Amino acid sequence: MSSSRAAESSLLALNQQEELEDLPREYPLSTSEDEGDSDGERKHQKLLEAISSLDGKNRRKLAERSEASLKVSEFNVSSEGSGEKLVLSDLLEPVKTSSSLAAVKKQLNRVKSKKTVELPLHREEIERIHREVAFNKTSQVLSKWDPVVQKNRQAEQLVFPLSKQQSVFAPIEHVVSGWKARTPLEQEIFNLLHKNKQPVTDPLLTPMEKASLKAMSLEEVKMRRAELQRARALQSYYEARARREKKIKSKKYHKLLKKGKAKQALKEFEKLRKVNPAAALEELEKLEKARMMARQAMQEQLARNKELMQKIQVASESAEEEGVAEEEGEPFVPDVVNEVQVKASGPNPWMFRNHSSDTKEAEVQGDPEELAEPAAQEAPESEEEGPVVAEEILLKEFEERRSLRQKSGLKQIAKPVGSQETKDPSSQGVLSELRALSQKLNRENHQSRKQELSSKRTVLAVQREEPAGEEEEPLLLQRPERARTLDELEELGKEGCFQNKELPRAAVEGQQWERNPSNHLGVPKEKKRKEQMIDLQNLLTTKSPSMKSLAVPTTEELEDEEERDQRQMIKEAFAGDDVIRDFLKEKREAVEASKPKDVDLTLPGWGEWGGVGLKPSAKKRRRFLIKAPEGPPRKDENLPNVILSEKRNIHAAAHQVRMLPYPFTHHQQFERTIQTPIGSTWNTQRAFQKLTMPKVVTKPGHIIKPIKAEDVGYRSSSRSDLSVVQRNPKRLSIRHKKQLKKNSVD
Amino acid sequence: MKVKMLSRNPDSYVRETKLDLQRVPRNYDPTLHPFEVPREYVRALNATKLERVFAKPFLASLDGHRDGVSCLAKHPKSLATVLSGACDGEVRIWNLTKRKCIHMIQAHEGFVRGICTRFCGTSFFTVGDDKTVKQWKMDGPSFGEEEEPLHTILGKTVYTGIDHHWKEAVFATCGQQVDIWDEQRSSPICSMTWGFDSISSVKFNPIETFLLGSCASDRNIVLYDMRQATPLKKVILDMRTNTICWNPMEAFIFTAANEDYNLYTFDMRALDTPVMVHMDHVSAVLDVDYSPTGKDFVSASFDKSIRIFPVDKSRSREVYHTKRMQHVICVKWTSDSKYIMCGSDEMNIRLWKANASEKLGVLTSREKAATDYNQRLKEKFQHHPHIKRISRHRHLPKSIYSQIQEQRVMKEARRRKELNRIKHSKPGSVQRVSEKKKRVVAVVK
Repeated sequence: MSSSRAAESSLLALNQQEELEDLPREYPLSTSEDEGDSDGERKHQKLLEAISSLDGKNRRKLAERSEASLKVSEFNVSSEGSGEKLVLSDLLEPVKTSSSLAAVKKQLNRVKSKKTVELPLHREEIERIHREVAFNKTSQVLSKWDPVVQKNRQAEQLVFPLSKQQSVFAPIEHVVSGWKARTPLEQEIFNLLHKNKQPVTDPLLTPMEKASLKAMSLEEVKMRRAELQRARALQSYYEARARREKKIKSKKYHKLLKKGKAKQALKEFEKLRKVNPAAALEELEKLEKARMMARQAMQEQLARNKELMQKIQVASESAEEEGVAEEEGEPFVPDVVNEVQVKASGPNPWMFRNHSSDTKEAEVQGDPEELAEPAAQEAPESEEEGPVVAEEILLKEFEERRSLRQKSGLKQIAKPVGSQETKDPSSQGVLSELRALSQKLNRENHQSRKQELSSKRTVLAVQREEPAGEEEEPLLLQRPERARTLDELEELGKEGCFQNKELPRAAVEGQQWERNPSNHLGVPKEKKRKEQMIDLQNLLTTKSPSMKSLAVPTTEELEDEEERDQRQMIKEAFAGDDVIRDFLKEKREAVEASKPKDVDLTLPGWGEWGGVGLKPSAKKRRRFLIKAPEGPPRKDENLPNVILSEKRNIHAAAHQVRMLPYPFTHHQQFERTIQTPIGSTWNTQRAFQKLTMPKVVTKPGHIIKPIKAEDVGYRSSSRSDLSVVQRNPKRLSIRHKKQLKKNSVD
Repeated sequence: MKVKMLSRNPDSYVRETKLDLQRVPRNYDPTLHPFEVPREYVRALNATKLERVFAKPFLASLDGHRDGVSCLAKHPKSLATVLSGACDGEVRIWNLTKRKCIHMIQAHEGFVRGICTRFCGTSFFTVGDDKTVKQWKMDGPSFGEEEEPLHTILGKTVYTGIDHHWKEAVFATCGQQVDIWDEQRSSPICSMTWGFDSISSVKFNPIETFLLGSCASDRNIVLYDMRQATPLKKVILDMRTNTICWNPMEAFIFTAANEDYNLYTFDMRALDTPVMVHMDHVSAVLDVDYSPTGKDFVSASFDKSIRIFPVDKSRSREVYHTKRMQHVICVKWTSDSKYIMCGSDEMNIRLWKANASEKLGVLTSREKAATDYNQRLKEKFQHHPHIKRISRHRHLPKSIYSQIQEQRVMKEARRRKELNRIKHSKPGSVQRVSEKKKRVVAVVK
């Protein structure tokens, strides 16, 4: 489109050029017009035209107009009346003939540079976009409810109606006016209130309180607090750092520090001189002054020191003074000075000690106040990077050295303790080995136990999966008969019990296993220790095919070589212990345990002589022994390599839960919930109430309203739901009109 | 001689007034109270049985309408007042405590399609087959005055449903489009369309009150935003949705009653999969209403029964029916969450207990403690087979029972077929679609 436009414009330009060229040729025509005698000429022309039109080529030639006339055609410009021909170039010619076409070119460029306006989207597309935007907005608004919904779903108890009905507030002035102070205490209180002009009526706050309330909003307070916290943290950091630095006694460090500072100052001074010479001069003066002061102070100090040292009967006050002085002069006076002085004039060691300890005390006392200042000084310093890095490195070094020293100290302390345990390095080595071994064993143990569990779990999981595949079973059991009485309900229960009997044996077995794992793992304790080492139990319980074949000797001859190899390997591995015999023993024990026991009712001493070492007679024993009836044959009687537990009680099983119910992940959780009683027989009143708390509480006769934003602490939007709709009613009305039109058409 | 006597402090055993319970000193030593589990189990079993014995949910039947009850409305301020509209254009206002009709209006010609009360409870709106929206005073005309609507709006098309805003003087009607009306104006302030179909019901969200949901006969559910005056999203289901209801405690959850016998609970932010599919009905579900606690909802079905579903379960916990109750058209859960009302084809409004075996009236604290304890015991032992079986047992009319059996067979056959198809096709080529996703045809932005 733009290209076509460009072509047009170029064409136009060309035309103009041609016209410019044409102009001189046309001039004579226009000049001839001035000469008069136009009437005759016009007639002549008309005649010519009439003749030319006769040839039929352009018979219908519209009249041309060059002058205002009564006859105006919208199709043509007629020149009737003016008596001359109108030439197109006359119309197109600019009023002022300008040789340069810069303006036109500019215009052209402007036209070219402008981009075309894009086509508006389809209406449906626009609506779709609107919808999507609106949906996103709305879902954002809704997601503020997520935490509330979560909380309500998980709540232990929900009490409805949610919004507490506001009790009617009686204004305080009503209460106060209808009540008089009677007791002396009350009177006293009222007196106090009146004295302080505490307003009793409506605005309950004193003007001061009001002002303070207004002073800060919650957010401001929060911000302010955060600021303060930050400042405090910074301060403590700088304090710590200052303390650390103060402790450093190295001369090198201080020298470096000083040098660094001096360098920095010099740099700054240079900078300042370049930028602002006057200020630099001032600075210089200041520096000079400071140096002077420092020197003076130092000299004073030295003098005083000398004085003090010379006085032998030093009073404690002077020492204190000195301490103070030292504090004040500390930035200027290095520790070295003092020390040297002391050593030089140290005739009295007592005095020296006294002095030093005193100063130390003073220092310690002075510390906290003092520390704040360096912290404040440090703050700007830390921004200057150059010297600080050097400082930091040094600091680190010292830190390390100190820590090393501390460690060595610790070691010295720790060593004696250790030496009590282990007297020589060799024994220590043995011990450590032992420890490592025991750890390993523990780990293995743990793993083996895990394996056991997992193997069991897989079995159970398989059982569980089976019902999980089915759909959720209906909550209701619907049938066309009605259960009217308790007896019928009883019947129902029985039916359920029969149904239960039909469940697959394997599942039941698994359950049983799950319920009392000790049954199967009922191995004497002595063995357990051994197992921990080699984990026999695990191998026995996992049903690896090789183990089976081990348990059944000389039955299957058609084994692969691989299997044989494996067998060999296992045999080698367990060369020391006889797995088969262990198993058989286990089984024997299990059989013994499951056999019904005889009941011996003999009471030694009855009808006989008593005494130590006497036994009831055989006759008596025979008489009072009740033999247990022989039970049914064991199911694993003829299965040498299997132990089938017969502890499961079919009658009880009908009342037991078959599968682990949904929210529980482990049978132990479920068992625990069942085992904790909730009745008042076993619990205190308070606990009972807590345990039997209903999940949803409603008040009879109270209307429960839908949850509101205010109920859960959200601010409800003050905006009306209609605000937008009412804001642009025009658009809507147009739309509505269209709608109505459509309706009427329908 | 010294005489020793046992002496006790009377404070530990004498009660303060004779109305107090006797003090019983207790020893909580567990060895003295053995067999906790079996004893509690027996208690739970008994509680379950008693629950079934006392489960008599039907309370009353309000009769008086001369045609099927087509719509019901609750009074926002009074628990005892209920409004109902019938298929002959009659509107009745009932008093539940007296179980009597206190007022009767011939409101429309033809059906009363929808009825809703104003949030303040002073007036109510009805829409009917005669293409009008009428506003009525809640309390009838004074003596000698003629019964006349406060306002009447004549529309171009039939309005099929109406719902009032929860806070403002605005109501919405549906028909060929969803119109939002200002009560003071006779033309809608805003009407929203998306495609052309007859919309069967429109409901305001009770929490975020600028949201609306509607369902149309071309199987879709459309959500609208009144503030932005635009529809938001549309979900198309397998079959037509008859009505929807918003959860009054969870702003973004709503449940749709569908023609395909199921109810679908949606999270409106994720419409592509329903949160839960509730199935138990054996015919089209016509109406649904949430309990004000937001934990359960009740559904009315064409299969002549109403069912109560927990929100988070896909199967119902209760089914109510009587011999004489025909197709249930509308159902409401009262605002104290204790009762359920349903209006049916055979001109009656029935009142049910929401909790079938609940004892009505004031309970003493001991009774209350006992019911709480029993409830807890039932919950604790709910997985035990005996107890489960008893608590699940319900009597059903033969028609519904046989329908259930039939549908079970059909479902099983369908499942088997699907499994076979998967089995006999190239692995991965046929995917199993979950029951939830199966029903959603499309979500249109």
